[in-house]
Amino acid sequence: MNNIEKDLLKIIADMDGAVSGAFNIRANGSLAERHVTESVDIRNKADKDGIDIIIRPGTKGETIHIPVIISESGVNDLVYNDFIIGDDCDVTIMAGCGIHNCGSEESRHDGIHSFFVGKNAKVKYIERHYGDGDGTGGKNMNPTTVVNIAEGGYMEMETSQIKGIDNTNRVTRATLDRDATLIIREKLMTHGTQRADTDFSVDMNGENSSANVVSRSVATDDSVQVYRSNINGNNKCHGHTECDAIIMGNAKVSAIPEINANHIDASLIHEAAIGKIAGEQLIKLMTLGLSEKQAEEEIVNGFLK
Amino acid sequence: MLQLKNISFSAETEDGAKEILKDITMDITDGFLAITGPNGGGKSTLAKIIAGIIKPTSGKILLDGEDITDLSITERAKKGVSFAFQQPVRFKGITVNDLIRLASGKEISMSEACDYLSQVGLCARDYINREVNASLSGGELKRIEIATVLARGTVVSLFDEPEAGIDLWSFGNLINVFEKMHETLGGSIIIISHQERILNIADKVAVLSAGELKSYGERDDVLPELLGKTNSVCPVLTNNMKGAQ
Repeated sequence: MNNIEKDLLKIIADMDGAVSGAFNIRANGSLAERHVTESVDIRNKADKDGIDIIIRPGTKGETIHIPVIISESGVNDLVYNDFIIGDDCDVTIMAGCGIHNCGSEESRHDGIHSFFVGKNAKVKYIERHYGDGDGTGGKNMNPTTVVNIAEGGYMEMETSQIKGIDNTNRVTRATLDRDATLIIREKLMTHGTQRADTDFSVDMNGENSSANVVSRSVATDDSVQVYRSNINGNNKCHGHTECDAIIMGNAKVSAIPEINANHIDASLIHEAAIGKIAGEQLIKLMTLGLSEKQAEEEIVNGFLK
Repeated sequence: MLQLKNISFSAETEDGAKEILKDITMDITDGFLAITGPNGGGKSTLAKIIAGIIKPTSGKILLDGEDITDLSITERAKKGVSFAFQQPVRFKGITVNDLIRLASGKEISMSEACDYLSQVGLCARDYINREVNASLSGGELKRIEIATVLARGTVVSLFDEPEAGIDLWSFGNLINVFEKMHETLGGSIIIISHQERILNIADKVAVLSAGELKSYGERDDVLPELLGKTNSVCPVLTNNMKGAQ
């Protein structure tokens, strides 16, 4: 593994040197390294490109790393990863994709991740997207995440994509059983002529299920962001979706939240706000001695923290 | 010393240009100056002119002899002007610790940041990692705002109505904060206030009304006359009260 690849791993998966626990590193479209443990098995799929990550019921405190890196120009990677999380687990999964493209051809990673969260299991899923390299080739990522949470299960999903990716279309579909909880926090920053589409759809089918989908984003330069969320309350449940965006330069942001109550005891809220940085925020930080540019950076960094 | 020389400011309104400040000249020495006067008299405008947030239509501002009239907000801040807003600004994601660190202009330890919070009567542990957002009450934000000025420790510290939005119970505490600041901060402390208790701890008092500096001098010279006037501000009410007796 070269230094560029090592750097990518560090950025997207906090993998710096030896990592304890199970991991699977995919580099330029094929397996680079894998480690399994007593509680976590990782197997190649027989019918298509991808892996099954099987976490034994009752596994607690393990962190599983599933990073994908692309360091060659012109790689077009499509992968299916299924995470089968046993009942009563409490685990953290760090996935993510890093593209370093110095060439002129498009590099692209489309990942389809399916989660089967067992009864009363708790999962924290962290997904980071990162792109660098000064080539003219596009850096594109289209992650699809399908989540099924069984009775009493809990999943927290944190996704971040801070600059670097030219084109992204993130699709997330979730179904929640009785007493299941889903929390999604998305952080996004686009610059140049990048485009990022986000599309969340959550079906709360079980009684007392709840979902909280929160997106914070900053769109700069000539970039375009489109946020869609669709929360369906099909039983007694609580749903909340929030999109909060800062717009700068000539960027364009659309927020299209949709909530559908299909049950008398469904309680749903949506909030969306888009605006430039408030002038008074800049002035306040300037009275502390920051230049306008420094003030802007502090406000953006804080917002995406 | 901060010197204001013939500061005037007019703003365009629907009825044409309105003079908000008329030819204000003041030499502000080290110590505690309270600026008071009726609402709409131009106090906040004057504070914003000193901080560089708005530019005067005419006149000059000198800090220790240097003309700072054309300097930006940032440049003035670096020269040593601090400003606590009447309505503190909220930020999503920026924590109390971040704000105090930015105010102090250097990396500071958590315990140093906590010291500033303790000085304004906030239990540091409860606040240091909180976001400066809508979850904080008006009074809490106001104290944090004052703490940022303390952290800066500059030659000019301006406070625009620090008592606004603070409840009666917290107000006594705030007076203590300013009394202590008087002893520790040094430089020129300029407080815009309507509160007699704040005027009572000032060295000097200035009265700004209808854009004019009506009086400016030692507290003991200005205050008795001022309080005499405010007590008879409404002759109808005064006469009615006399009639009732």
